[in-house]
Amino acid sequence: MNEPRPSSPSPAATPAPTACPVAAIDRSCRLPVLFLFVSGAAWLLAGSVLSLLASIHLHAPNFLSHRAALGYGRLQPASQEALLYGFCLPAAMGIGLWLFARLGSTPLVQPGLAIFGSAFWNLGCAFGIGGILAGDATGFAAFNLPGYAGGMLLAGYLLVSISAALTFHQRKVTTLFPSLWFLVAALFWFPWIFTSAQLFLVVAPVRGMAQAVIAWWYANNLQNVYLWLTGLAAVFYLLPKTTGNALYSRNLALLVFWLVLVFSSWGGIPASAPVPAWIPTLSLVATLVSLVTVFAVLTACRRTVRRPAAPVAPASLRFVRFGVASFVVAGLMQVVAAFPCVSAITDFTWYGAARTQINVFGFFAMVAFGAIYFIVPRVAGFECLCPKRTKAHFWLAAVGLVLTVVPEAVAGLNEGLKLGDANLSFLQISADSFHLMRVSTLGILSVVLGQAFFLVNLLTYVIGTSRKWVLAEASAATTDRLKTAGVNS
Amino acid sequence: MNYGPLLFLAAFAAMSASWFGFVIGPQAQLGRQQPAAMLGSPVTYPANRSGEARQGLQIYRANGCVECHSQQVRQTGTKLIVQLVELGTNQPALAATLKRELPSLPEAELTRAMEKLPAALLTTSARPDADVLMKAIAAAGGKCSLQIVPVGPDLERGWGKRRTVAGDFLYDSPVLPGYQRMGPDLANVGARNPDLNWQLCHLFWPRSEVAGSGMPACEFLFEKLPLGAVRSPDALVFPAGTDPVPGFQVIPTPAARSLAAYLLSLRADAPLFEAPFSAPAVAATSTNAPAVAPGSTNAPAPAAGTPPANPPKTS
Repeated sequence: MNEPRPSSPSPAATPAPTACPVAAIDRSCRLPVLFLFVSGAAWLLAGSVLSLLASIHLHAPNFLSHRAALGYGRLQPASQEALLYGFCLPAAMGIGLWLFARLGSTPLVQPGLAIFGSAFWNLGCAFGIGGILAGDATGFAAFNLPGYAGGMLLAGYLLVSISAALTFHQRKVTTLFPSLWFLVAALFWFPWIFTSAQLFLVVAPVRGMAQAVIAWWYANNLQNVYLWLTGLAAVFYLLPKTTGNALYSRNLALLVFWLVLVFSSWGGIPASAPVPAWIPTLSLVATLVSLVTVFAVLTACRRTVRRPAAPVAPASLRFVRFGVASFVVAGLMQVVAAFPCVSAITDFTWYGAARTQINVFGFFAMVAFGAIYFIVPRVAGFECLCPKRTKAHFWLAAVGLVLTVVPEAVAGLNEGLKLGDANLSFLQISADSFHLMRVSTLGILSVVLGQAFFLVNLLTYVIGTSRKWVLAEASAATTDRLKTAGVNS
Repeated sequence: MNYGPLLFLAAFAAMSASWFGFVIGPQAQLGRQQPAAMLGSPVTYPANRSGEARQGLQIYRANGCVECHSQQVRQTGTKLIVQLVELGTNQPALAATLKRELPSLPEAELTRAMEKLPAALLTTSARPDADVLMKAIAAAGGKCSLQIVPVGPDLERGWGKRRTVAGDFLYDSPVLPGYQRMGPDLANVGARNPDLNWQLCHLFWPRSEVAGSGMPACEFLFEKLPLGAVRSPDALVFPAGTDPVPGFQVIPTPAARSLAAYLLSLRADAPLFEAPFSAPAVAATSTNAPAVAPGSTNAPAPAAGTPPANPPKTS
């Protein structure tokens, strides 16, 4: 097992005297964290398969046209929500639980509650994605899971976050490592936005266009605040750990933290939205500040990995580097498209889909893969990561992402520029995009294969852990029997 | 930043600001919106959709039509056209005024304009220019009208007469303005093609109506029955030579009927205070008319079945 070297900079490596041994902390996280990661990997594979099916519709419009549940309009949101709620959020929860315990130098409090909560969450996901395929989607992007699934998801999240909050409360360290700020803010950010959206969009829907504004606000806060907070928490923890350098600057991390909280939470309203002008204008100004956020993150990361002394976990580092690069690209794409002159071109095209995919998959999911490959050997208590399979996962996912989003972005710009000329036939413009999407379909296929490797990688740990547990139980039973036999004789 | 409670309060404050700004704020302003009178008419807009159309919105939502269709027409600006309507009694004075106010207009054209009324004198995007000319004409005893024509690529495509405004969605739940246009904008699909049979045929087999369409067929919304002795009065009538299922009759289910009713109810074409217009739709001379490129959009021939446009004149 690659335990981080003692010179490692984060507080967890130099625990207070009263702190509990690292191995015990990891053991306390084992079940909930493994459960969250493995279920997340399974959802991710399922979601990629749904996405592949949806993509086939773009080339064969009569494909599965007898089945309502397998139409493009149901497969596409189902695949997006499987990626977000099936993988991203559970991964964020798992990473959060482990970091709260490790950075607080205290074993996870109430791991049973966390397991119970994760089970509830997964149940909610199953009902939700099944519900979308059955026609119960809400219709709002990134918030398509039907209301009955929402209650289960919320209950599951709250149970997990009770465990996380109690662990944070019992921390044994006095100096909070930057990752903890991000995680604390994220911990209650999600239930807040999710209950608001449930309340105003599903339980007691508000009137008229206010619905659309709240839906944009929610999607932005989920993808550009919650996922940024948890993703950056993982980045700021993993870069020092995997390179052996200290985090470049605590103040820069603080700046990023405030920028994300104060400004990113106001983004997400399209410039052309048919709402009072103050709403998109405020949103535009807040989005422009993301430029500073992006450069602050880039500087912090580059200065941290400047001279990788001796990479501790090269597999993780590779994923995290790709994730940070995607963060920069997604951030710049967002800032550029915020200007009204650009958004007049990019709105309503594939550009938006490309940007979301780079942010959610390219940044968050890739960083989460890196974090999971770092965490799982530690919580499982042994290392059996096959470097070849990890590498295959990385390359399939990275190449798949590039093949998916580059044609989408190109198609988006092409569509946007041509739609501006009313003399060009709309049918022809949209047919051009469908041609480009053939490359995207190949990309999704590559992502599907990558996710299969990911699931296999995690399952080897589950099998290994359970075998160890069975062996330990068996040997304990044997010892007991021998003891009893000894007493009797 | 080493105190848990401080950290929590800081994040709480940031979250509340965003929440009050973009959840409570829009709800306070847009959530109380009421139907308003149309321009030049005491009739209020919008009217609620019919019960069938409201059920159709749920079919639209359930099948994710919003993944590919927007319902939001964008407008880049407004074109103002000053039209001479009446010459009045003092024609020489009017001619002199026009010559002074419109020095760039050749004299021959001016004479022609005064002979054949109504005649467009000035096309501009600046309201003050139009006002100056109109005042001068009024002073010379002539009468003129001002036409307001919204412009933008979406409008030139015949997707609407004006930009979409918040009021267009007043009675809808969920409100689905859309985010991607793999298919054409639907904000005015009911005005563009009010033929129920066309809409149903298009839903069942899009390529029977629009050659080369990329829209997935919605066969699951229809029943396919063998063509017996009696043909159902509800059966779809496909254009000659395009019947996708020869030997069968296709009967729309209630879901298909309500979805089509919803599509037909989509017509955001009332002139409003916040989105005025006063000219016949630009679509009438639109460039995507079938004559130019047959089937270039899902739009039928622009004028087919559209009720005669009778635009209220402002000023």
